[in-house]
Parts: sequence; C-alpha cells; structure tokens
Amino acid sequence: MAETVTLPPVIADWLAARGWALRRHQAEMLAAGAAGDHALLVAPTGAGKTLAGFLPTLAELIAAPAAERLHTIYVSPLKALAVDVQRNLLAPIAEMGLSITVETRTGDTPSDRKLRQRERPPHILLTTPESLSLLITYPDSFELLKGVRTIIVDEVHAFANTKRGDLLNLAMARLQAINPGLRRVGLSATIGDPEAYQGWLAPDADAESVTLVQGDPGAEPQVGVLVPEGRIPWTGHTGLHAAREVYKLIAAHKLTIVFVNTRAVAELTFRDLWNVNDDALPIGIHHGSLAPEARRKTEAAMSAGKLRAIVATASLDLGIDWGDVDLVVQMGAPKGSSRLLQRIGRANHRMDEPSKAVIVPGNRFEYLEAVAAVDAVAEHELDEEVFRPGSLDVLAQHLMGVACAAPFAPEAMYQEIRSSSPYAGLPRELFDKTLGFVENGGYALRAYDRFKRLTLQGDGSYRVSHPRMVQQHRLNAGVIVEAAMMNVVIGRRRGRRLGQIEEWFGSQLRIGDSFMFAGLTLEVTGFDGADIQVTTGRGDPSVPSYMGARLPLTTNLADRVQALMATPSQWDRMPPDVHEWLHLQNEKSELPAPGTLLVETFERDKRHYVVIYGFEGRNAHQTLGMLMTQRMERAGLKPLGFVGSDYVLSVWSLEPVTDPKPLLSPEVLEDELAEWMAASPFLKKSFREVAIIAGLIERQHPGKKKTGQQVTFSSDLIYDVLKKYEPDHLLLQAAWADARTKLSDIARLNSLLERSQHAMVHRALDRVSPLAVPILLDLGRQRVEGEATDDALLAEADAIIAEAMS
Amino acid sequence: MSVSVLFGGHDFIPMPDAALYWPARGALLVADLHFEKASWFASFGQLLPPYDSVETLARLDSLVTASGARELWCLGDSFHDLRGIDRMPARARGMLDALTTTLDWTWVVGNHDPHLDGGVGGRVVDEIEVDGLLLRHEARPDETRPEISGHFHPKLRITVRGRRIARRCFVHSDRKLILPAFGALTGGLDAADPAIGRAVGRPAQALVPTPDRLLRFPLAA
Repeated sequence: MAETVTLPPVIADWLAARGWALRRHQAEMLAAGAAGDHALLVAPTGAGKTLAGFLPTLAELIAAPAAERLHTIYVSPLKALAVDVQRNLLAPIAEMGLSITVETRTGDTPSDRKLRQRERPPHILLTTPESLSLLITYPDSFELLKGVRTIIVDEVHAFANTKRGDLLNLAMARLQAINPGLRRVGLSATIGDPEAYQGWLAPDADAESVTLVQGDPGAEPQVGVLVPEGRIPWTGHTGLHAAREVYKLIAAHKLTIVFVNTRAVAELTFRDLWNVNDDALPIGIHHGSLAPEARRKTEAAMSAGKLRAIVATASLDLGIDWGDVDLVVQMGAPKGSSRLLQRIGRANHRMDEPSKAVIVPGNRFEYLEAVAAVDAVAEHELDEEVFRPGSLDVLAQHLMGVACAAPFAPEAMYQEIRSSSPYAGLPRELFDKTLGFVENGGYALRAYDRFKRLTLQGDGSYRVSHPRMVQQHRLNAGVIVEAAMMNVVIGRRRGRRLGQIEEWFGSQLRIGDSFMFAGLTLEVTGFDGADIQVTTGRGDPSVPSYMGARLPLTTNLADRVQALMATPSQWDRMPPDVHEWLHLQNEKSELPAPGTLLVETFERDKRHYVVIYGFEGRNAHQTLGMLMTQRMERAGLKPLGFVGSDYVLSVWSLEPVTDPKPLLSPEVLEDELAEWMAASPFLKKSFREVAIIAGLIERQHPGKKKTGQQVTFSSDLIYDVLKKYEPDHLLLQAAWADARTKLSDIARLNSLLERSQHAMVHRALDRVSPLAVPILLDLGRQRVEGEATDDALLAEADAIIAEAMS
Repeated sequence: MSVSVLFGGHDFIPMPDAALYWPARGALLVADLHFEKASWFASFGQLLPPYDSVETLARLDSLVTASGARELWCLGDSFHDLRGIDRMPARARGMLDALTTTLDWTWVVGNHDPHLDGGVGGRVVDEIEVDGLLLRHEARPDETRPEISGHFHPKLRITVRGRRIARRCFVHSDRKLILPAFGALTGGLDAADPAIGRAVGRPAQALVPTPDRLLRFPLAA
C-alpha cells in the first residue's frame, strides 16, 4: 500500500495554503481509488474521514472532467447530512474552485428536482438508503447508474446488521450488476472487528477484496467516573444530587453533551438540570419523539454556539459534527464500550487533543459497569457484533422494487441477491418462497391469480402486473416502521405540536393526568382523534414516563464487570460503600466468578426467591424469567413473578426451589420458547413491521385522509388468520426471526443455560444476600399497587437492606 | 341469569364470540361479517390472507351447532362489497350454502352490501320488525321502537393495572342494542366514541360476555 499517488496540484495547493499535509490514511484511500479497489476506512472522529472518502472522486473528476455524469453516490444514515458534508466536501470544492456539482436526494427533495436529477445528474449525489432504493425502481435509472464509479457508505458501523443495511446492501448488489466496475467505499468509526465489516461491504461477502485503511488513533480519551457526594445508591437512576454535580461540570465547560439511554431519562435529567440551573445557562434537549422542527431548532442553536449543554439520546449519536463540544457526560451505564467510545468521540473533533468524558453511574451495578467501560476503552477493547442473515421482508420489498424498473429472470436475480453479503447464504428455496410472496401473496390457496403483483412472461421473466402497483410500491417503500403515534399538542384548537408519543402510552392517559415531555410537565386537557391536548402543569408528573428501547449490556462489558467483582484487589478502586457491599457479599454468600453461574436461594417474607447472576443482559434474563416461571408452574412450585435486569434474574414463588438445575436445563428450550413467543405480544408487533416492509399492508401516511370505503384493518387480526390457516407463511417466518433476535437474545440465553449445567454454584442462604438487594428493590417497585404509599415503600426498602448487611 | 340481558321485553344472551342469541326464537343474530374483505384489499394490491370468509363461517357454524339455533339474522355488511360473493373461494361458498339451506336465514342489507340479491341463499330485507323489535344495519337516532343493529364495530378499550385490553363488545342503552362486528378481519371503534354515543343515546353501557359472566361497563355520558 506504500506506493504514492500524485495528488492533483489544485488539491495539494489547497492543503498547503492551510498549512495541512495529506494524512497517511488519506493517501492510502487515494491509492486504493487509483487502483480501483474497494476500501474500508476505519478512523476515529475528527480524522478527516469524509474528505478521505471523497478524495479519489475529486482527483478523478479533476483529471477527467465529465459533464452531467453521475460519478459518485454517497449514502449516509441521516437525512440531515448537510452540516458535515458542507464542511468537509462543499467548502473544499468551493475553495479549490472546482466545477464539481453536488446535490442531495432524500425523502424531502421535491419531485421535480428528483426528475431533473435523473435526466441531468450532478457529479456527486448525497442520499439515504431509502432514496437510493427508490432510485433503482425507475427504468431510466439504468442509464444514470451505468457510469457511476464509486459508492461511498458513511457510518458503515451504524448500517451493517440492520434492516436499513440490508436494503442498502441489496441496492449495492443491483448497482454492481448494472455496473460491474463500481467501486465500494465504506467509512466507519472505530469498530472491534473490521474484517466483518469488510465482508459486509464487499460484493459476494469477499472481505479480502476490500482494502482496509486504518486511521491513526487519536489522543487517548480522558474518561472519568463521577460519584455524586461519594455515595452510590442501591438501585434506580441518577437523581437530583447528580444533577448538581453535572451542572457544575457544564458551567466549567464551553459545550457539554449529556447522553442518556432512554427518552424517559432524558426528560427527567433535563428537568433536574433546570431545577438546579441557578445561572439560567442555555440547556437544550434532543430526542427522537420531539417534533422535527423542535429538533432542528435545537441542532441549529447548538451549531451556532448558543447552547451550553444538550441532553440527548441516541438521536444525536450519529456522526454529525457539532463543533466545539468539549465534554461528554454519560448518565447511567454505557452498556457497551463501542457505543461509549463513539459518544466520547463527539467531544473535541481535533484528533491530537484528548476527548473528555465523565460517566455518572446511577447505582452500584452501574458503577461497576462504568469502571469496566473505562478499562475497556483504555485497553481499546471494542464490542463485536454478531451478524445475522438479511431479513426476508426487506428482500421482498427489494424484489418488487427491482421489478418496477425492468423484468427480471429468477435465476439471474437469485445469483445477484446472493452477491449481497447479508443474503450470501440464502437458500434457493427461501428465495423462491419470497418471490412467490411478492408474486401472489405466497398462499397455498391460489386465490389471488387475478390479483398477482408480478406476471410471469413467456421468456421466464417476471414483470410488474400493473403500473398502479409501481406507484403503490414507491409510496410504501422503506424499512423504518414507526409505531402508531399520537401528537402532543399544547393548547386547544390549532395548538402547537410539541412532538409525538407512542399510541400505547398516549391511550392510557386520562384528562387531568400529567406526564413529562419536551422537558415540561404537561397536563392532559382533552383528546381529539390522534391529538392529545395539553397545558403546562406543575410539579411532579402523575404518570410515569414511557420507556424507550433499551440496549442490553454487551458480553464484553458483562465479563469485565464479573472480573472486577471477583478480584478483591480491584475493590480499592471503588468508593467505600461499593467496597463494603462486595466484601459483605464475599463473606455472606460468594461473588459470581467469570465462567461460573452463581444461583442463590433464600426465603423472605414467606416467599422463596431464586436469584440468578447471569450477566447476559436484560433481554436474555427476561426471557429466562418467562421460561422459568413456566417450568416452575409445571413443577408445582407456585411461582409468583420475576424481574430481570442486565445482570440478574430473580424469580419468587410460594414453594422453595431446592434444586435449580433442572429448571435451567437447556433441553426442550426451543419448544418452550416457541410456546411462549406465540403467546407474547412481541410476535404480533414484529408481524406488523414485516407486513408493512414486505408490502402486505400499506403504510398509513400521516395527514392522508382515509376514504369511507377504506376501513382499516388490524395487523393483529391478519396475524391470527394467517397463523391458523398458513402457519408456515413467509411473513410469520420473518416475524419470528425478528422477534428472536430483537427480544430474547437466544444465543446468550443458551450460553447461560449451558453454564448452569456444568458450572453452577448454588448457595442456599438463610436470608437475602447483599448482591441481591438491588434486584429485590426493583421488585418492590414493580409491585406498587394503588394503596402503597411512598412511606411504605421506603420502609420496605429499609428492611431489605438492613437484613442483607447485618 | 347473569349472562342474559333484557331488551325490548325479550331475553337475549350476548355470546363471547360476538353473536347475540335469542332463546325464545332459537335465533342467532350477527352483524358485519364482511365476507371477502381480504380479497377486496387484494384487488387493490394488498394481498391479505384469503381465509377470512372461511374463518368467519367456521366460527358461525360452531356457534350454530353449540346453540342449536334454527334462525340466523345477519344485520348488514355481510359482504365487504357486492362483488364479494363472486370472489368467495369454493370452500367458503360450500360452507355458506350449507348454512343458508339448513337454517331460516335472513340478510339485512348494510352500507357495504346495499343491493344484495337472493342468489346467495336466504331472504334479503332492507330492515325488518320481529316480535316488536326492529332489526336494521345502522341505528337511527329518531327510531322510537326498540332496535337491534350493527355497523359501528364497537370495541371496549380499557387499561387495567397498566395493561391495555381491547375486546369486541355490545353497546346497550334503553332502546338500542348494537352488536360487535363478527367478521374475522373486522377492526373496531372505541365504544366510547361520540359517534356511538349519538347513535344509542345515554345512558349506555358496554357489554362484554365472558364464559361465565356478562360484564357491564358504563360508557361516559
């Protein structure tokens, strides 16, 4: 890779005028481009990644200017890709005085401009996976795409292994088929396993065909753990006491991002910060439920330097360059070292200066997790992702889209699909089943021959049956399926829309209830269709906030937490109360050592508890809880309930469990899982998503009025009928696959069950152990029903702790 | 008997499967079957599972068997559209013919199937008075006689201990009784919706039959 490529003088002059030199990884990207090789650039934020990705394109366009020819397609996960690209692409082009045209194409691009782009394309097109996938449904796109030299995929780490990634990867396979000389370029933040991403990017999943370019590591980040007032609570989240100290940090820095894990915590943290905001510092909030206008406003205020801090969820995670952030605060546990590192990367975009970050753990397990994460970052240990096969609903959508542009022959299409890495292992039979679904719904009863969406022609190829279906497809394409939402509107008639909340949460609210949203306590004053009308209320909300999706603790952090616990010499790094906690656990029970599975049983208040220290993440523990209670029911142990955290599962029953081993047996797991999943609401939720993506059900387009005849139908009812009459249907299969990966972490559950059979350590105790206190307190909170007062809850918590520590 | 309801001077049993049984006549009343709703959507490109008619008929058949009903009254919107009968798969058509020939069968027409013709078996009426009760598809607020109807697909939605429950229900007021939709793919309208309130008048209650009890939930005025 050492050959030097001559930089066009205009670029060299531009760099020189700024006193910059070409960086090594930029030169290597340039060389890969000159050699016509696919390339993956892995580099930390601030390394000039975007420019490095575009350098070969600029060099080629300078060497051989081509009028009105699309040269490079750039795909980003974000619609709002303008900021970063403005700085890293448009500004250099303007400053070098190049006549290279750059345009965006997203869902927001007006249709006349989209049409014009197909006729007279820019040199560089900036787009999203959805818009690219739509572009290839146009017959004239062949002409447009034939000469494209390069496709650049930004934020590869955020795409791979998602449905959007599947869609994009299939589109790349299509582009490659139209234009075999296409060069693929990926840009990624620091990742644990670059080879897996090289494979994802490569045609035919051939990782070796992709040149890996590693950026130089930036300065080591400085990550600290903040212990508010030196005490770590047993359970719960960071509270007001932490807000005061975080506020001090904000006041001492120019611009701070306060990252939180869920939208609910974002709201609480924002409120807490404002409660201690004595100097009225400008602090904003940003999460996915807020109205887009509100988010854009916050983003604009931030890049204009008008904010001192912003409380944000993952909606701010992706690689937008926010300028002068000099501190990142992570509230609560980071859950994974890769995610933490990407968040830290938001602070300070100059590679040679260290990024500064502070983790604020909310409870004792989170404290251990924070320390583990600091260690992982220092040792450059990153999480590895388990790649799953491409989704069949996305494949169905892609096949219909491809047919919209031109007829295709099944055999050739099968080969093309298999060249897309998520689908490299797709069996022919499953391809045919998917094609059959697109054609006529894929039902054994051939009822829909008259309504076929694809028609088999004499030459063995398939074409779309009716132009109306092409229109329909374009309207419904895309893989992001929003949950049913309700609008939060402040004021009555024609009020201002604050944002949206999930319908399941909104429909539980009654007039007079108050809840937290957009940093405000809001009181419900009325309902009007999908609108919830509110006024600003006072004091604490009466309805607890909704939960966002939560990522489970990664395996590598879980291992580190266990190792920290099992190594007494490490305890000196802990505050006194955590030290004492671990010490007492060691004395009264034992510490869960890596590679083993500690299970405690004890009686408390006439209930028998089993506490399993699985460290396999919340999803796996929740699933295990479901299975264990089923098994205990059958064994006559009268289970009463369970609660799972990222670290622990606790199950309680009326009868004692004397031997936990059979309850954890991995045998017949698949059957029981099937039984449980079939009865769970998750499967129906997954079904709704796959049915929309695959094109069985049309999207509800917000604002589009339903005509009288178009009575809607519920996807749940379709699910019930399908399950009864066609249990092997493709979409049930796809829903099942989704539910399994998303909700139950089967692989980690299996690993836990395997450990239980040969490495289980069972301690029968006469009372609750110190380590079990947090989960028992969680359980106490879940039991809150009507009459219980805060005082009663506090009394209960007090009793549990006193018992464990005495 | 706790499972029955007195309406218009007659005893009725709302059944858990969205049908109303009239013991005195040995009659079953159902509303909004929406046969061939799936294939109607299929003709517009949404290829929903083509099993809704079979499923609806299978449920109807088992209710007839279990109750021993001799009469069957369909209160309108029996077909999702007037071409539905032509699209009905042979298996479903066979089940329907078997039922209409063995039972005293009446179709009351609805807004989805206004010109239903006799070719489907049974007799077709716009609306009808039976033993002092008016049977029609959509409740008329100006009707003074006791009236049984369908049309609204009422569904009770409540939250109990943080758990959301939605169940097909009957809506019952002094002079009106509205049946839930029976069809396998028929969705629902919140029983508390003002449209239902206007149709039945107040006070009204939602009736939810369970295997051993008839549950009654007052609907807000």
